Amino acid sequence: MSASVHPLLRAKRRKEALRNLAFLSPWIIGFCVFFAYPLISTVYFSFMHYTGFNNPTWTGGKNWSYVFTEYPLFWPALRNTLWLVVVMVTLRVVFGLGVGMLITKIKTGAGLFRTAFYLPYLAPPVAATMAFVFLLNPGTGPVNHILGGIGVPTPGWFTDPHWSKPALTILAVWGVGDLMVIFMAALLDVPKEQYEAAELDGAGAWSRFRYVTLPNISPIVMFAVVTGVIQTMQYYTQPLVAGKVASGIIGNSGQQFEPGYPDKSTLTLPQLVYNLGFQRFDYGSACVIALVLFALSMAFTALLMRRRSGFLSAED
Amino acid sequence: MSRLTKAAAAVAATAAISLLAGACTGQSTSSANDDASKDVTITFWHGWSAPNELKAINDDIALFEKAHPNIHVKVQGNITDDKINQALRAGGDKAPDVVSSFTTDNVGQFCSSGAFADLAPFLSRDKIDPATTFPKPMQEYTQFQGKRCALPLLGDAYGLYYNKKEFAAAGITAPPKTLSEFKADAVKLTKSSGDSYAQLGFMPDFHGYESTPMHVAAQWGVKYFDADGKSQVAKDPGFAAMFTWQQQMVQALGGFAKLEKYRSTFGDEFGAKNPLQTGQVAMGIDGEWRLGMAKDAGMNDLGVAPFPVPDDQASTYGKGYLSGTIVGVANTSTKKNAAWELVKFMATDTDAVVSFANAIHNVPSTLAALKSPKLDPDPGFRTFIDIAQNPDSTTTPASINGGAYQVTLQDFGYAYESGKAKDLQAGLKGVDSQVDKDIAQAK
Repeated sequence: MSASVHPLLRAKRRKEALRNLAFLSPWIIGFCVFFAYPLISTVYFSFMHYTGFNNPTWTGGKNWSYVFTEYPLFWPALRNTLWLVVVMVTLRVVFGLGVGMLITKIKTGAGLFRTAFYLPYLAPPVAATMAFVFLLNPGTGPVNHILGGIGVPTPGWFTDPHWSKPALTILAVWGVGDLMVIFMAALLDVPKEQYEAAELDGAGAWSRFRYVTLPNISPIVMFAVVTGVIQTMQYYTQPLVAGKVASGIIGNSGQQFEPGYPDKSTLTLPQLVYNLGFQRFDYGSACVIALVLFALSMAFTALLMRRRSGFLSAED
Repeated sequence: MSRLTKAAAAVAATAAISLLAGACTGQSTSSANDDASKDVTITFWHGWSAPNELKAINDDIALFEKAHPNIHVKVQGNITDDKINQALRAGGDKAPDVVSSFTTDNVGQFCSSGAFADLAPFLSRDKIDPATTFPKPMQEYTQFQGKRCALPLLGDAYGLYYNKKEFAAAGITAPPKTLSEFKADAVKLTKSSGDSYAQLGFMPDFHGYESTPMHVAAQWGVKYFDADGKSQVAKDPGFAAMFTWQQQMVQALGGFAKLEKYRSTFGDEFGAKNPLQTGQVAMGIDGEWRLGMAKDAGMNDLGVAPFPVPDDQASTYGKGYLSGTIVGVANTSTKKNAAWELVKFMATDTDAVVSFANAIHNVPSTLAALKSPKLDPDPGFRTFIDIAQNPDSTTTPASINGGAYQVTLQDFGYAYESGKAKDLQAGLKGVDSQVDKDIAQAK
């Protein structure tokens, strides 16, 4: 076939292909440098003994076996990360959508409420986390003071392994302003005629939400869930700061830092990547955990995308 | 696959492999070829941050620059170990030449990984014998398996702080010397208030700032590793005795849950609201730096003494846990000879060590400085000098993976004190097994 193509046509096609490649090259370079290379490196180093100072030496599956069978922090961190993905992401999406719906319904002072709900999202994570640890301090915090005052049991929050993740979830839900803005935009985009038609058909509030609102905003819900899962897989600053402040070891004091205080309950996989790679000089094991994170993110995203058709509106 | 696709794939693969190879070649040089007599600027990173500490270190550097007019020192303070690790790996013009760290436990990592340069050739060239220059525990924590990659830059000794006013009010005439006396005093000094405390005699929980398993276990003279480098916390009876004693203290003072809730009311350890300074606790284990901090916070009722010892080791009263700041030369430095001059001056010049120790209330780290008449005569400070010189005082040994073995022991301590772990001996065996696995992984 190719022999029959005119040389001039072939040259033209080659020129076109080169032009296309030139247009694509910024993306290709970015993809190679910021995705392909780090990914290949991470796989490579996961089979190496590498401290960052030595020449990497081949260790086969030693790092993999260490992480999965001998490293005592891996499974608690994985459990915590999955807990946060399921509970925190769900609650953030539900609250983000709820607040967004509430704000779109408000006739007066909507700007004030929008600002009030959005502002927490702008708070620096370290400052916000420290503030929450102080607010939820079981001994001196105002929250427990109020709860105690009205006769409600006072949790240990960040000092109690059973309450530390719920406390982190409250912190995350408090900063739900980003999702609120996205959902507000999506909700305002739902055609009013569909609500009117549904009302004429006798649909109640729940039916209107289930059969009008949800199908229209389902791509946005999908976006919020997928980005939420990926962000939660990378959840690092808040649990680290909360654990450090609540444990009392926050300074550069020379003491050994205990990750995941209390009782490993705030330990997440990204903390292990940092702890192993940058504090214990064990790049190989850190890379194994980074690959686990990558695989989990891919699996969650693939699962959500497969379910996508169930969420999407008919037009999509 | 078209030719174009093949070409693109080949380019991408080549780029990836080239970058990968490049990433593995940022190795440090171990040779010291620079001429320290020429005009040179070196960079020194340290972790001190308080104004008095910064003034003291800057005065120290000024003395060095006066003695070595050709070596200029660019100083960067308030540096954490994480930043140090990163800079030592990256190297380059902006990386430090001289580094000091508060985390004594990281020396094993620094030496074994090659992050810090081996100081043996420098010491030998300048005829400095560590054995006759530094106290024994400080010699130990600045080397790893015979490789000396750091020198001590002032030390820390841990002792007992007690509230003199509360002691007098409780009719206690002298600080306790044995742990049974200590327990009796702690109970006597504890004042309950509702479901909490108006004052606690002693905070025994391992999160009670400096009351860590390692600091307390030193009173039993424990040994963490056997001759083969295997963890032996289950074999050394001192560890089991320490955990048993700690649990008895927790029970005697109100139980773990009540103590933990009270602990959450404590202010920052290094701030003015430290519980020893606010009177929330009447006794505490802490380092010599607390003397100056307490005075700065207006607390003048704190007395100091060596921490009590087990009753069956009463003759060893006076010992304590030792650690300290360490200083070394970055292996990535291209100015190692000049960097060594600064390390040598700060770590071995008697006047420099004494004036720095006096200024920041730390224990001097050379034998000559410990005996210097210029040393602060404050009796409280002298108590810590004596602890540092006590032959029974101990430190935690350097390990190839830094303080990972201590974190493992600490984790077990938290589980045991909270009641989550119930079988002490099985738990200690678990610690041994985990420590050995972690060390094997690091090799």
